[in-house]
Amino acid sequence: MRAMIVKEFRQLKRDRRTVALLIVLPVLLLVVFGYAARFDVSRVTTVVVGPQAPAVAGALPAPFDVVEIDASGDRSLAASRIQDGTAVVGFVTGGAQIEALMDGTQLFAVQAAESSLARLAQQTRAAGAARPSVAVHILYNPNLTTAWIMIPGLNGLILLFIGTLITSLGIVRERQTGTIEQLAVMPFRPWDVIFGKIIPYLLLAALDLVAIVVIGMVLFGVPFVGNVATFAVGALLFLLVTLGMGVLVSTVSQNQGQAIQLAIMFVVPQILLSGLIFPVSSMASGVQWIAYVLPLKYFIDISRGVMLKATPLAALWAPLVVLAAMAVIVLGLAVLRFRRDLAPSVRRNDAAEPRSPRAAA
Amino acid sequence: MTWGVENASVVFGARTPLDNVTLRAAPSTVSIVVGGDGAGKSTLLRALVGLVRLNSGVCRRPAKKDIGYVPATAGLYVDLTVDENVAFSAAAYGLRGPELAKRSAALLERIGLSGARGRLVGHLSGGMRRKLAVGMALLHRPTMLVLDEPTTGVDPVSRAELWRLITGAAAGGSAVVVATTYVDEAHRASRVVLLEQGRSIATGAPADIVAAVPGALGVVASGEKPSETSWRWGSTWRVWAPTRDLPAGAEPLQPDFEDAVMIAALADERRLAVDDAAR
Repeated sequence: MRAMIVKEFRQLKRDRRTVALLIVLPVLLLVVFGYAARFDVSRVTTVVVGPQAPAVAGALPAPFDVVEIDASGDRSLAASRIQDGTAVVGFVTGGAQIEALMDGTQLFAVQAAESSLARLAQQTRAAGAARPSVAVHILYNPNLTTAWIMIPGLNGLILLFIGTLITSLGIVRERQTGTIEQLAVMPFRPWDVIFGKIIPYLLLAALDLVAIVVIGMVLFGVPFVGNVATFAVGALLFLLVTLGMGVLVSTVSQNQGQAIQLAIMFVVPQILLSGLIFPVSSMASGVQWIAYVLPLKYFIDISRGVMLKATPLAALWAPLVVLAAMAVIVLGLAVLRFRRDLAPSVRRNDAAEPRSPRAAA
Repeated sequence: MTWGVENASVVFGARTPLDNVTLRAAPSTVSIVVGGDGAGKSTLLRALVGLVRLNSGVCRRPAKKDIGYVPATAGLYVDLTVDENVAFSAAAYGLRGPELAKRSAALLERIGLSGARGRLVGHLSGGMRRKLAVGMALLHRPTMLVLDEPTTGVDPVSRAELWRLITGAAAGGSAVVVATTYVDEAHRASRVVLLEQGRSIATGAPADIVAAVPGALGVVASGEKPSETSWRWGSTWRVWAPTRDLPAGAEPLQPDFEDAVMIAALADERRLAVDDAAR
């Protein structure tokens, strides 16, 4: 048995990725998770409109964080700010009672806002002061149904899974079986191989996405109120990023086991830190920045915005631009690395005949 | 046109898997690269087809569409059928329609896989896979055919069939380069490169390599190992005397190609020892 234990440790010592997965990742996840895994929201972005807007804004306690006060604004302004994601809560003053519009897609923020308003009402009653009552209207997800919030995010998770894990496994299998050498010698251009390899996964993921959205709508009643084209553009950009990550993982993996390990390291932080489960706004500032480098965060913004709130394209330009930039960078890096496997021989000492005309793929 | 590499060297970090090696592959000939494991055969072949960059030297190879290559792993998709593998390879070289159907049927008939067109390659025997891989590399009638150990681990019957395919390709005009660990296959070549630790220790036609054997070869019936430069041959010893002075009791013997390979390796060892001592 001692021989077995010694042998196992020797193998582990040389398998740095497994050691990283066993030791570094859990420690990292514990620390990050500890700071990120919070459902309590300390900041709720708020807009206050109507004639009494300045007074109401001044009286709002934490966690309301007033980002806009517009005394001339009306209900539609507050609603549009919620729709485009500028604010989670909008107070509309000037009526018989103050109306609080809340973004039902921000489950924990709404809960924090409601409990803060309840506390405020209790304090007011205890002080015997007369304050106008607040009528709460929850938009987009009036019953605060968890499935409505989770399913648009899960769409992204599934695309991430297919794009990163399945793609990397598919490419690494070519390397493991030696067929990648065969491809490199065949009269394919590197682009033919790279895109010929990832396009099937792109189509498969697109098909999967449609199926999941439809199933979510049929089984869980999740609405799809926005523009399908906007959603499709966001999904395509996100998918290009995840496919790029899959290709990158494959270029540094010699076998499928290594690819799975690396893909897990790419996927797990996105599940925990992208806002899929825990609101990004409730994370400690030290880990909050991580969310902003994760593509899933931006896809979730787009997916929830389009599906639940019909957020217009103009209001989603920021996540779309970030995803487009990520797609260019990640896919570009991946293609450059993959290309090295496919065309290593171009150099001055080669006296090969001129390239053949492009062969049919 | 003669393809090949001239004074080719490949360096990977501190290792030099290929050190100043020259290989020429003329049309309608079979060139064989012989060497043990780690001798540099695969690196040489991979450099020849453009998979490895040369650190020095020159490589001449035809355009990709005119190269047929089978790596040591056979390079087949085990989860595709025989027909699907052939179709993919053919499409890569622009073969389609009736021409593909004709060539594919002829190929599968020739390698005895006509009845296995719908079988998954993963379900074929090792010999069948090798024959399929070589056959697929021939489908587009390459100018240069490069095969990395196509016969390793293959039964004798399949091996003979593979060699029929290989020599048939050369007869059809291809310049064929084959790497092998089997010394007995070298007699099929018009030119042999003998590799040892990345260096070429003998080059030429098999008969020329045998004729150029230095020193003298003898046979000793039995007993203790007669000298450092002797090796077992059945119940006897083969003895190589670099200075032609065979030990007492040794019967002079005309070397064959296998002896020539052993002597080339021993001579190389001695040369290295002398070089080391000189340093």
